[in-house]
Amino acid sequence: MKAVKTSIPGTRQPRRPRLAVAKFASCDGCQLTLLNLEDELLAVGDALEVTYFPEASSRMRGGPYDIALVEGSISMPEHARQLAELRKQARVLITIGACATAGGIQALRNWADLESYKRAVYPTPAYIQSLRTSTPISEHVSVDFELWGCPIDKQQLLRVLTDVLAGVQPFLPAHSVCLDCKRQGHPCVLVAKGLPCLGPVTRTGCGAICPGMGRDCYGCFGPVEGASPGPGIPPNTASLSDHFSSQFHLIPVELVRRFRGINGYLRPFREESHAWESSNKDSDAHR
Amino acid sequence: MMLATTVSSNPFLIYPATIVARRQEAPDIVNLRLVLNDPLVRRRFRFHPGQFNMLSVMGVGEVAISIVSDPDEPEWLDHTIRLVGRVTRVIGRLEKGEVLGIRGPFGQGWPMDAARGYDVLVVTGGLGCAPVMGAIDYMFRRRSEYGTIKILHGVKTPQDLIYRERFDEWRSQPNTEVYLTSDEPGKTWHYHIGVVTELFDRVAVDPDRTVVMMCGPEIMMRVALGKLTHRGLRPDRMYVSLERRMECGIGLCGHCQMGPYFLCHDGPVMRLDRILPWLGKRGI
Amino acid sequence: MTNAIPQILPKSGFPRLIEALRAHHYRIVGPVVRDGALHWDEIAGVEDLPIGWQDTQQPGQYRLERTETTTWFGIVHGPDSIKRLTFVPREPLLTIERKAKKVTVTPQMPEPTPTALLGVRACDVAGLLVHDRIFLQGRYADPYYQVRRDALLVIAVNCTRAHKTCFCASMGTGPRAQSGYDLALTEFEDEFLVSVGSEKGREIIELLELPSASPAYQRQEQERIDACAASQVRGLQEQHRLPQGLYEVHEHPRWETVAHRCLACANCTMVCPTCFCHTVEDHPDLSHTRNERVRLWDSCFTPQHGMIHGKNFRPTIADRYRMWLTHKLASWIDQFGVSGCVGCGRCLTWCPVGIDLTEELHALMRENVDQATP
Repeated sequence: MKAVKTSIPGTRQPRRPRLAVAKFASCDGCQLTLLNLEDELLAVGDALEVTYFPEASSRMRGGPYDIALVEGSISMPEHARQLAELRKQARVLITIGACATAGGIQALRNWADLESYKRAVYPTPAYIQSLRTSTPISEHVSVDFELWGCPIDKQQLLRVLTDVLAGVQPFLPAHSVCLDCKRQGHPCVLVAKGLPCLGPVTRTGCGAICPGMGRDCYGCFGPVEGASPGPGIPPNTASLSDHFSSQFHLIPVELVRRFRGINGYLRPFREESHAWESSNKDSDAHR
Repeated sequence: MMLATTVSSNPFLIYPATIVARRQEAPDIVNLRLVLNDPLVRRRFRFHPGQFNMLSVMGVGEVAISIVSDPDEPEWLDHTIRLVGRVTRVIGRLEKGEVLGIRGPFGQGWPMDAARGYDVLVVTGGLGCAPVMGAIDYMFRRRSEYGTIKILHGVKTPQDLIYRERFDEWRSQPNTEVYLTSDEPGKTWHYHIGVVTELFDRVAVDPDRTVVMMCGPEIMMRVALGKLTHRGLRPDRMYVSLERRMECGIGLCGHCQMGPYFLCHDGPVMRLDRILPWLGKRGI
Repeated sequence: MTNAIPQILPKSGFPRLIEALRAHHYRIVGPVVRDGALHWDEIAGVEDLPIGWQDTQQPGQYRLERTETTTWFGIVHGPDSIKRLTFVPREPLLTIERKAKKVTVTPQMPEPTPTALLGVRACDVAGLLVHDRIFLQGRYADPYYQVRRDALLVIAVNCTRAHKTCFCASMGTGPRAQSGYDLALTEFEDEFLVSVGSEKGREIIELLELPSASPAYQRQEQERIDACAASQVRGLQEQHRLPQGLYEVHEHPRWETVAHRCLACANCTMVCPTCFCHTVEDHPDLSHTRNERVRLWDSCFTPQHGMIHGKNFRPTIADRYRMWLTHKLASWIDQFGVSGCVGCGRCLTWCPVGIDLTEELHALMRENVDQATP
């Protein structure tokens, strides 16, 4: 990770690193996580100079920025141009949330016909400027670090800011939700309740919130491994969905929906949903 | 192998140590000389050549690094570090006067007792020369107790050669041979060009009175060990220093297993006949 | 001591045992039902015990139900072994503070809380003894484990009912607690037979002045436990061929077969009473002046477990499953002198897809199988 500790030009006096928070196609929830830091918010304000953050302040200044947090997916032609400009201005660019790292829920349109959507929703579709696909930031510019989740976890955000401020490669664990679920002592909803929980193939980071409330994980932090870019092998989604199919009697369309959610466009989840979609079309096909 | 006395009954406790010297050995290799801050801890700290310390950077983490300095001068702890990981990259930025944490020394070092009275063949590749440095210093301090010392060291490119002056110094010692090689040629490189195992053709080795100390990339070691076995060297007289993920250094965290061994406390130096069944196996 | 004649504790007199434990300043932790599973939690009295509850377990499935019985310890076990109390999931190790160039390191030793663990199964007692070997009897003793372990009083419950997933009998660890307990109970309809396993246990039970059990009663106890052992349908019959037998099948195609099912989710290692892998994380504050170093449960199924600067020694699920099974059943014996498996069956039950370790071992070590490299 590039060091972001800087000094005022011509002096040895350190200046606070400049932070920008930008958004593309998204719901603003991940930016709000920064404001929701509450206990740590003052310390973050001391450590960083918030230079550009439309959600929080109407005082917006230009780059360059030391750290840019980027929310949202690339969904409109102008997004791509704005992002390229932001990348030039940002020393360290960090994507925050499922939209920016995976294309988000709006990436469901990547499977659909945009023109029919436009006609169905808008009285004057010609005014709508939209790309055919919703894509993650990393498909357009180089990304220094990706924060997962819908929304992101505030402790993970704080950890990444802490590391980046110290010039350290951010540290976040990359293992399944199950490991944290068990550490916290939650009973397994898959084994003890028969719920189709995606925890075994989903990246940790949320704090196992859903299983902790007796609900099944729906994969909002993305695949545990094998997302692009990132290390590791794709998670064994095939084994898990076979189990849901044979033991919990989920039908193919339910399995397609299971994986085609917030992170559905990421390859491991995308390919799993494709597999069940084709088995649905070809009903006697045996996977 | 003797056990070094541990400095604490809480093996997770770290002791602050100050960087008293820093040398950039190569663009991605730095050598740090550390001195433990607490005089009492410093006086009690003893290590064997080939042992390692866990170095801590506060707020970043710990990393296992072998001690490369002379075990007869344990007040200075030299560590040669390749700046490739999350922790080591931060270590690489630290300057003289800054403070790190130390836990150690840990692990089994080189067989200095078993090698006594024998010729010693040192075979290293790349940064693998670092863990053997202390063993060579140890032998030169007790020169009469060891036979001929032959040092074979290979690097990828001439720029990767570190400790050049120490190799030069050893070359000038009696009853000592030093051979260097580089995979790639270079303008200032007047040694051999090729892989380290090619150097075996240049050295005479008496299989009945030679102990081998080897450290380098695993693939290099496997080739080298095969050739030496072919020349009649016994697996129970060949020692290799191995590397796996080490988090605790004390055989408790489970990461550094290689077959039935915890490399952090059964190794990192292993006698070949013990580790041979596991060497080169996939997933080990 | 364990050969002493067991005594009879009527269920109606159980509160006296609880009082005696309190008199010795123990807090009492026992099995409680929460969210559809059994957990270890502090109990105020008998009323907190899962009276009348039973569990059913099979690979990949766990269910609790309330029955007509009045059995107190009718649930064999839940996902948590007792390692949660000694080798805790999150253990702060050190606080490291920095002011200018001065670094202060403070160990965060746990407060010893005398704890009577009520209702520990034989498999879990065996697991505790395995952890003692690892954390206390090796070259380095772990002081954090030591503090928690020393504060523990173990009141075992011998099993009279087994699940399809249980195989303690084949591992020699149960259904009767073998050693390592302070007191051991065997449940009958209206009373418990109490055996003393240690001096600490004797001190407690002496306060109650209980009658001794007749030889007939003791026979009846043994018959119930024997019947439980006989009812177990799984086992590690290949135990005598380990460790070497598993080392020899390193290239067996079965590793790839099981990898098609294994999720590498780490659940088996979390519920295992003996799995001890842990990782250490630094948690700094924003200004990097104060740092907490914590130890967390880790697993050999995570992507980082076998990683060094960019290289992963165990990249595939087959590699990780082989690492786990070979360590658990084979190299553990070389390392610690005992098997890493106590036969509790939790890894079968709590595997989301129900992978059965005994079945995998059978498949790997079946004679006359084609062991060619796939």
